[in-house]
Amino acid sequence: MWRFVLRRLLQMVPVVLGTTFLIYVLVFALPGDPIRVLGGDKPMPPSVYEALRHHYHLDEPLVVQYGRYLLGLFRGDFGETLNGQSVSSLMASSWTVTAQLALTAWIFELGMGIALGVWAGLRKGGIVDSLVLSGTTFVIAVPQFVLGYSAQLVFGLKLGLFPTVGTDDGWPYSYLLPGMILGSLSLAYIARLTRTSLVENMRADYVRTALAKGLPRRRIVVRHTLRNSLIPVVTYLGIDLGNLLAGAIIIEGIFNLPGIGQQVFLAIQVKDGPTVVGISTFLVLIYLAANLVVDIVYGALDPRIRYE
Amino acid sequence: MNTPDPAPGTPLLQVDDLHVEFRMRGSTVGAVNGLSYRLEEGETVAILGESGSGKSVSAQAVMGILDTPPARVTKGAVRFRGTELLGLPEKRRRTYRGAKIAMIFQDALSALNPVHRVGDQIAEMLIVHRGMSRRDARKRAIELMDHVRIPSAASRAGDHPHQFSGGMRQRVMIAMALALEPDVLIADEPTTALDVTVQAQIMKLLSDLQEEMAMGLILITHDLGVVADVADRIVVMYAGRAVEEAAVKDLYARPAHPYTEGLLASVPRVDVRDRALSPIKGAPPNLAAIPSGCPFHPRCPRAREERCAGEVPALRDVTGTGHWSACHYAEEVLGG
Repeated sequence: MWRFVLRRLLQMVPVVLGTTFLIYVLVFALPGDPIRVLGGDKPMPPSVYEALRHHYHLDEPLVVQYGRYLLGLFRGDFGETLNGQSVSSLMASSWTVTAQLALTAWIFELGMGIALGVWAGLRKGGIVDSLVLSGTTFVIAVPQFVLGYSAQLVFGLKLGLFPTVGTDDGWPYSYLLPGMILGSLSLAYIARLTRTSLVENMRADYVRTALAKGLPRRRIVVRHTLRNSLIPVVTYLGIDLGNLLAGAIIIEGIFNLPGIGQQVFLAIQVKDGPTVVGISTFLVLIYLAANLVVDIVYGALDPRIRYE
Repeated sequence: MNTPDPAPGTPLLQVDDLHVEFRMRGSTVGAVNGLSYRLEEGETVAILGESGSGKSVSAQAVMGILDTPPARVTKGAVRFRGTELLGLPEKRRRTYRGAKIAMIFQDALSALNPVHRVGDQIAEMLIVHRGMSRRDARKRAIELMDHVRIPSAASRAGDHPHQFSGGMRQRVMIAMALALEPDVLIADEPTTALDVTVQAQIMKLLSDLQEEMAMGLILITHDLGVVADVADRIVVMYAGRAVEEAAVKDLYARPAHPYTEGLLASVPRVDVRDRALSPIKGAPPNLAAIPSGCPFHPRCPRAREERCAGEVPALRDVTGTGHWSACHYAEEVLGG
């Protein structure tokens, strides 16, 4: 088990190097000159221009710049933005917002998704099943910003049930509505995945055995079918936590939440390379960590998976 | 269970005129069409038939574990020591499953739950039916595994099904089925998925256990060779019906139905050399359109046009000594 974790951690090293390098190159390949953006549209004396370029190491070859950046990363230093602010502190504030939003969405999709999926699966062909199937199709079909604006209008403005923008009311209240909208798409997938997996497992041979053992239906569902059915759902949930934490530019935009997504969006607009690379690198690390956790949980759920 | 003591002479298990239908998309398929047989205390009855003959479906109907829908018992009776099981409410029916009538399946790998330890799967029987504590049930599970001759049972109880070999997995299934000392064990093709040498071991184990626990054993198989040594009587099924029923020796020596005759002629025998195998012509019947009259008549070398195609032959005692056949010309078949 620990050997497995260690090996997976080692496997992450080339992934981190590869992805960060790719992001680094891409950001610097963006058209436009960050120093010019920094100076606004005003003309800048060549000497100042050169000094700034030198200050941000933009006059060095790309590989050297990247190496310098990596060294900083190892010391936990994500560099500084073109405004002179440290990327770490910038991320810290937006990160709290995104983490709270993602967590709200995740809890929502996990609880509701599995509950609806199980309910629909157990009464296959019934009213709940039909409602879940059509409802999830609706959610998957409608773009998230439509759901977002509609919910904001109806539940926020007209009914006044939730705060409409900002984070002033703190967690969880400020995050409930955006969280639910953000989680709605995955909720639909999870409900369907759970339902299908449950229906499939209800037909499995081991369920017939459980019946032949004279077990009550409740016990068969809870102890035998459910655990087997949830194996693919857990995988999805783990990967999706990574997705949610990657920030939701649209939802953060609609509800005016100063999270990671908005931060990246702004940084790309002003060609703020260090911020974009910093946040992206951080997200890669989160993805990898989420994947590792999924693999470990997967092994705990399904003994056929061995850590070798 | 306050079941009155059955009258003397009541069979351990009696299946009477059992009908099972599958209904899907408007069409109805008769999987079992009037099957009757009885099982006495301590007896082994083999149910023999090709795939699609209704042998497994009828066993599932007896257990009450049919996939409903689409499958449904439409007619007939299943009596355990005189108690009719088919009409029982699910709650009472459940107390028979596993406790009085247990069942093991063909593929033990898929029949066992992949995510639970085998010891726990056996112990579950005792916890649910007997209200045993988890600890005692686990201890008993190890004893049961030991009893079905699984080496180092105590340590293997913590393993999962995929960690066992095919034969050992089937032993786990047997240990689980016997946990509550049932009176009837239904074994649905218990050795089909196994190697020949392992097959023999499992059959030996089953017949030893049956003798030791004085259970009735229903052995469902398509393999004539498997049942020859262990069964007392054989019921041959075709198109969801019994076409012949006799003591093993009688049936092998003098089959009284052309289908059985055909089955015997289509398997190689060690004792008769250089005999050409003659397979049965044609294919098993389509259950959605079972031939009129005797369902076997389109494939039967002895069929005569009018009677065989027009009149369903009843299962009758041909010799007067318990050799039953559902053939209009059974006497002729017996004569060879």
